[in-house]
Amino acid sequence: MTKKIEAIIREEKLNDVKDALRAIGIVGMNVCEVRGHGRQGGIVLAGRTGSYQVDMLPRLQLNIVLSDKNVDRTVDAICNATRSGKPGDGIIFVYPVDEVIRIRTNERGHEALMYEGDIDTVSET
Amino acid sequence: MSQVNSGDTAWVLIATTLVLMMTPALAFFYGGMVRKKNVLSTLNLSFIVIAVVSIEWVLYGYTIAFGPSIGGLFGGPAYIGFNGVGNVPNPTYAATIPHIVFAAYQMMFAVITPALITGAFVERVRFKTFLVFIILWSTFVYGPVAHWVWGEGGLFHSLGVLDFAGGTVVHVTAGFSALTFAYVIGERKGYPSSSMEPSNIPFTVLGAGLLWAGWFGFNGGSALAANGYAANAIVTSNTAAAASGLVWMFLSWRDNKPSVLGIVTGAVVGLVAVTPASGFVTPMAAIVIGGVAAVISYYAIKLRQRMKLDESLDVWACHGMGGLWGALATGLFASKAVNPSGADGLFYGNPGQFLVQAITVIVVIVFAMSVTFVITKVLKRIMGLRVDTNSEEVGLDISEHGERAYS
Repeated sequence: MTKKIEAIIREEKLNDVKDALRAIGIVGMNVCEVRGHGRQGGIVLAGRTGSYQVDMLPRLQLNIVLSDKNVDRTVDAICNATRSGKPGDGIIFVYPVDEVIRIRTNERGHEALMYEGDIDTVSET
Repeated sequence: MSQVNSGDTAWVLIATTLVLMMTPALAFFYGGMVRKKNVLSTLNLSFIVIAVVSIEWVLYGYTIAFGPSIGGLFGGPAYIGFNGVGNVPNPTYAATIPHIVFAAYQMMFAVITPALITGAFVERVRFKTFLVFIILWSTFVYGPVAHWVWGEGGLFHSLGVLDFAGGTVVHVTAGFSALTFAYVIGERKGYPSSSMEPSNIPFTVLGAGLLWAGWFGFNGGSALAANGYAANAIVTSNTAAAASGLVWMFLSWRDNKPSVLGIVTGAVVGLVAVTPASGFVTPMAAIVIGGVAAVISYYAIKLRQRMKLDESLDVWACHGMGGLWGALATGLFASKAVNPSGADGLFYGNPGQFLVQAITVIVVIVFAMSVTFVITKVLKRIMGLRVDTNSEEVGLDISEHGERAYS
């Protein structure tokens, strides 16, 4: 089975998360800039006089597709790298993936996810 | 026969250019504070005023303000179409520069004043109606008030009111008209519950910086000569801006953090307040004028917010209240030792000057608000002041101009 991890993280933690993922052999990912809020509903910024409430805050969304046996390790790596313990640390969703196709080679499924030195190679050794 | 002085002429021509620059600077000052769907619209509200009022001023605006006085109320038609406004100085206003230089310099003041008002109704005003509003407002508010205060034989000019560079003529009229317009047009959809986050504060910082520089022409040029009074106006302007920016920084720091938007707003407010006083007061007085202005405008914004009135970019708090304080402060701090062509203020033993300042500014406030109220009510009835709800939600860049600022 193939899974997709969608992790909403703090912008400033991207480098820490990338380092942690590289250390366990995650070599492919993409990132989108997203805006939103959780249950605190935003933060307060300084305005002309005092302050005003901002509800849609910038975050990054990491997208990683991988075999489901690697999901737990990857999720742990992300959490440990990005957790500050304060509200706004983010959230992770995990979805099933029906199919993966690498455009260059037309490889499908697990083959399409394989890279030299990736998490499967690392975990097998 | 008056003699044209090339030094004076050169300085006033440069000052004219500096004041022209202030209107696009104001466009960026305001443009940065609106949401990104209204950036172009907001920039254009200021920019188009340059075009509209430049024509109005040549056609008849100048003569309303500076033509031979009719009963002290407005100028007669002598200078319609800049007729007779040429190379020969008009010794009534400026004996050492060509009349046309004076008229062009004044044109830039007439331009920026209605542009100031635009902050009140950004993000919802109907562009077509706005164009008509500028013409009416320039004709029925700016022209007469400029005549009362600056015109030879003008109502308050005859009483000896001091307004070096337009604290009352420019900032009080604009600020209190803005308050009136905002009241008549109503709040933006979603105000105040949803956050109206500024789209580009760097624009605002850039605009404020250019305004500060342009103000050297605005206040310094109002000496209408390249001399020590021009220098005094520039130094007092700079000093007041600095004092006000610093005080605003501390106020916002006390409430939260030293906001950049707050600091640059403070600097502009200091420049507003010192405008009527700049040629008549000492640099030490300018520190007080600027510092107090920041406190007044800061709490005026808070009051305006508590009243839930969507005078969106606080033209009233910054220009109206800053200008009001400046007009009164001129009656306190003016000194003949600084400028013998001025007068002594209350602190120099002449309470009468303070009284003249107060009467003038109160009458101007009532007049500007009344006329603006009538103009906006009529336009609301016959043309509609604001775009429809859907256009407002989409943003005026697309709905009014068919363009977008960023792709």
